Amino acid sequence: MSELRHLIDVSDLTVNEIEELIATANDIIANPGKYAEKCHGKKLATLFFEPSTRTRLSFEAAMYELGGNVLGFSEAQSSSAAKGESVADTAKVVSCYADIIAMRHPKEGAPLVAAQNSTVPVINAGDGGHFHPTQTLADLLTIAREKGGFENLTVGFCGDLKFGRTVHSLISALSRYKGLRVILISPEELKLPSYVKNDILKKAGVEYIQTTDLEEYMPELDILYMTRVQKERFFNEEDYLRLKDSYILTPDRLVNAKADLSVMHPLPRVNEISVEIDKDPRACYFKQVLNGKYIRMALILKLLQSAGTIG
Amino acid sequence: MNIDSIKNGTVIDHIPAGRGMKLYELLGLDKLDCPVAIIKNAVSSQMGRKDIIKIDADIPVSFDIIGYIAPNVTVNIIKGGKLIEKKSIELPETLIDVIKCKNPRCITSTEQELKHIFRLDDPEKRVYRCAYCDTKAE
Repeated sequence: MSELRHLIDVSDLTVNEIEELIATANDIIANPGKYAEKCHGKKLATLFFEPSTRTRLSFEAAMYELGGNVLGFSEAQSSSAAKGESVADTAKVVSCYADIIAMRHPKEGAPLVAAQNSTVPVINAGDGGHFHPTQTLADLLTIAREKGGFENLTVGFCGDLKFGRTVHSLISALSRYKGLRVILISPEELKLPSYVKNDILKKAGVEYIQTTDLEEYMPELDILYMTRVQKERFFNEEDYLRLKDSYILTPDRLVNAKADLSVMHPLPRVNEISVEIDKDPRACYFKQVLNGKYIRMALILKLLQSAGTIG
Repeated sequence: MNIDSIKNGTVIDHIPAGRGMKLYELLGLDKLDCPVAIIKNAVSSQMGRKDIIKIDADIPVSFDIIGYIAPNVTVNIIKGGKLIEKKSIELPETLIDVIKCKNPRCITSTEQELKHIFRLDDPEKRVYRCAYCDTKAE
C-alpha cells in the first residue's frame, strides 16, 4: 500500500490492497473510537463539479468521523471552473489548502488530470460514465460482510448494464476471484458492452449468461445487483422513457430466491426496487450506503498514510 | 519512374500501399520546404505493392507516428549519400498528440491544453485506448 498515492480506478488496487482496505473498514466498524482522531487537523477537499449529494456526504461524514475537516464545493457553478479555470490549475491550487482531494467531474479522465497536477492524494469520486472506484469498494465491503468472501458466487446484474459504470467496475473487481458466475439481466438495448464481455469476463474465464428475464435465474443467485436506468447517460429522452421501467423488483419476484440472497443497488433508486423490499432481510442497499462511508474512511487513512501526512 | 537518390535524409520504405499519404499528412511533411517524394504502389517482392516516402533533408521524423500508421516499415537514414542506419519500426506503446480522442465526454474535449495520449491496449489487434477515458481509438 505504501506506493499508492491516488485512487482513479479500482484496478489501481491489487487484491491484497483491497483486502487490506476491507480489513481496516471492518476494524473501524468494530472499534470506531480507535479512529476518531486519526485525521485530527487534516482537511479533505470535496471538489464536486457535478452534484452528487450521497457520495459527497459520504466522503464528508467519513472525514468527520476520522476527526478531520472538510472544505469544497458541490457544483461547478460555485467553483472557479465557472470562470474557465482548468482542472490542472484547480488541483494545484486546492493542493495548497487540503491534505487530500475527492473529485467528481462530468468529464471522463478529469480526476486523472487532477492527480497528475496535485501534490496531495486524489480520489476519483466519479468521472462521467467512466469510473467510480469508491462505489465499487463499498460494494466489495458489502459482499465481504454479507457473504464472507468473494469466491464461488453467482451474481445477477440487472437493469442498465450498458451505461452502468458500477456494474462494469464490480464485474472487473469480482472477476479476479475463483468460481464467479455472472447472470446479465437487461433489455436488448442496455446489454453489457462487448468490450466488457471480451476484455474482462472472457479474459478471466468467467462463466456468464445473458437474459432478459429477471426471474429465470433468481433461484441460483447469491447476489442480485439492481441498477437504475440513468437519465443523464442518454442523449435522447425518448429512449430513456422507453427503457426506464424495464425491471421492477417486487416481493413476488423474490418468491423463488435463496433465503440468503443479498439484494444490492448503488442508489439512488427511482422505482426499480419496490419499497416493500426494504423490510426484507435480504435488502442490503442501505447497508451498502453505510459501508460506503466506512470504506471511504479506510481509503482516506491509507492514502494519507502513504503520503506521509499521518502516521 | 526514377526518383533521384538522396544525399542526406530519410527513406521510409515498406509502407503498406495506400497509407503513404496518411503518413505524409501526420508527419507534417506538407509543411517542409525541402524535396519530399511519395511513391505510391511501387512493386515489392515482399508486399506486392508498397508506398515509399523520401525526405531529402536531415530532419527528425516521429517513429511513433510511423509505427502507428505503418508498423513493420523500414526507416533508412542516409548521410553523405550512404545508408548509415536502418531501423525496423514497431507499434509504439504510447501515442502523444498523434490522434485525438473523439469521446465528447472525455476531459480532452474541453481542456484544450491537454495532450492527447493513447496507450497500446492490445498489440495483436492494434487497439489503442485514450489514457484519460479509455475510449478505443478509431
